[in-house]
Amino acid sequence: MNVASKPAMGQATLEDRRSAKVSARDVDVFYGAKQALKSVSIDIRPNEVTALIGPSGCGKSTFLRCLNRMNDLIETCRVAGSIWLDGEDIYTSGLDPVLLRARVGMVFQKPNPFPKTIYDNVAYGPRIHGLARSRAELDEIVMTSLEKAGLIDEVKDRLQEQGTGLSGGQQQRLCIARAIAVSPEVILMDEPCSALDPIATAKVEELIDELRQRFTIVIVTHSMQQAARVSQRTGFFHLGELVECGETEQIFTNPRHKLTQGYITGRFG
Amino acid sequence: MIDERTARRLARRHAAERRFKLYGMASVAVALAFLVALLVTIVGKGYTAFAQTEIAVEVSFDAGPVKEGDFAGLVKSALAARFPEVTARNDKRELFGLISSGADRVLRDMVQDDPGLVGQKRVVTLLASDDVDMVVKGHVTAQSGRLTAPQAEWLASLRQTGAVSLGFNTTFFTAGDSREPELAGVGGAVVGSLFAMVVTLCLAFPLGVSTAVYLEEFAPKNRWTELIEVNINNLAAVPSIVFGLLGLALFLNFLNMPRSAPLVGGLVLTLMSLPVIIIASRAALKAVPPSIREAARGLGASRLQVVTHHVLPLAMPGILTGTIIATAHAIGETAPLLMIGMVAFIVDIPAGFLDPATVLPVQVYLWADSPERAFVERTSAAIMILLAFLAVMNLLAIVLRKKFERRW
Repeated sequence: MNVASKPAMGQATLEDRRSAKVSARDVDVFYGAKQALKSVSIDIRPNEVTALIGPSGCGKSTFLRCLNRMNDLIETCRVAGSIWLDGEDIYTSGLDPVLLRARVGMVFQKPNPFPKTIYDNVAYGPRIHGLARSRAELDEIVMTSLEKAGLIDEVKDRLQEQGTGLSGGQQQRLCIARAIAVSPEVILMDEPCSALDPIATAKVEELIDELRQRFTIVIVTHSMQQAARVSQRTGFFHLGELVECGETEQIFTNPRHKLTQGYITGRFG
Repeated sequence: MIDERTARRLARRHAAERRFKLYGMASVAVALAFLVALLVTIVGKGYTAFAQTEIAVEVSFDAGPVKEGDFAGLVKSALAARFPEVTARNDKRELFGLISSGADRVLRDMVQDDPGLVGQKRVVTLLASDDVDMVVKGHVTAQSGRLTAPQAEWLASLRQTGAVSLGFNTTFFTAGDSREPELAGVGGAVVGSLFAMVVTLCLAFPLGVSTAVYLEEFAPKNRWTELIEVNINNLAAVPSIVFGLLGLALFLNFLNMPRSAPLVGGLVLTLMSLPVIIIASRAALKAVPPSIREAARGLGASRLQVVTHHVLPLAMPGILTGTIIATAHAIGETAPLLMIGMVAFIVDIPAGFLDPATVLPVQVYLWADSPERAFVERTSAAIMILLAFLAVMNLLAIVLRKKFERRW
């Protein structure tokens, strides 16, 4: 099957582009000589959850990390093409990656709280970006972030305890609180539930749905059920190409592409 | 059920494990035995150096000699008064040999502290000479030692009257080096070691840590950094005397720095311990999980903020341990310091970084080379102090590691 002949999704309407929060055009990513992404174009709409699915090694995490230039940290990595955030090219417009990452937050696969107190974990972002002018303001940011992350009831009496002492699911929600404390516009989530048990996963998924009101969310997931549960739009990656992207319901019930159908029905993956 | 073959195999595997444990325990036991042997020898030989023989005699502080500053004369007349039967010149010289040639300083200090002493008589305990000291401590018998027959007799008579006693040897801790064992101390060497260590720590720690941080967190991985890395690893294996020669050529001959100075010693030791500190620090930085770096970068921390806020604090226990071990190693180093003249015979306690000084291991080396019997115990005692120094430093390393340790 020739994947290169993309169906209609490639030709996004002008309407799509104008309303997109993040739009990527012809993004190629190379790790040394190896090409990890091939000409990926996608529009991510504001206040929606966009899920990226696909088999292991298909480039979905790589693409996600392009959106806040985390790939810059990998020395051999080279990105071509363009990615716009609110109509501004994040690679060429001279936008500082440090500022970009304040606007595009990230939650990682494994919960990675800092070995500091719960309070300091959440307060770290606002502190380095100077978002709070006083102690009271910082307290306010920390408390509302924890509240938004649905963690406040569990931790409000032990803000000075180590963040690493929480359970896995709590740690991941702490990481989400930490990410939203800098008031980003977009939150990238790289398989945020893969290290969590089903109950913690359910909580995080619930949270993702709530966060959609304020943030634009891009989530990479291995679980198709999760994509179906939490996302409004889904993109299917295969071997570094974006095979298909559309409404989640459409992707799961009526995929346009044979590869997508094969993947969601479990024929490969 | 397990069949016979599986059972036999299992038994062999268990036996192999037991054997391995036994080897391990045996090697630990051997190592411990060596350590105990070392400590027992050194302590057994050296503990007597912390005591010093003193002889009590009645000294009359006559105005004449005091005015002239002839305190040695006071010592001599006190001895002559104690043994009036000694009259011949040669006998007298032998008699005066019982007391240390530095004993007069005690009298001078006494008069300085209390001028009213002049004209009075006081019983004063004076330092015995090293030959007497050795006999009293039982290291040699009165006959086999360097004491002459009359000297041995006088000593016996003094001991009968209870005039000879063993007191705590403060001189050993406060004095600098001396040709006379009873007047020699490690004070100068300890101060010299401290000065050199301060220089080493102040230079090697910041330089080493910043080098490690740059190479580990900022430097691009290319041929140049690879070359630097290989060179640093090789430098760690260069014999220390080579660093001494480098210091001699660079600091003394080219930069004309003073000879025997703790500053130069510290500089040489810095050169020596830098590679070790860099390697240890890089290992500690590498051990910080990348997820922490990613988390901070993902929040918009700059590279420097990632390092100073997260990576360095987490790596600090490892870095400190490496630094202290490297400094402790440098403190015990002799060879490079011989090259820059710290092996000189220096009596004064250094007052600054540019004063001539020696260091503890060099002091050990110097005393081990001295012929006097009394220097044997002092050598061991100096080794004990050096070992105590190192033990304290290693303890400090453990305490710091425990204090800064964070789990994630």
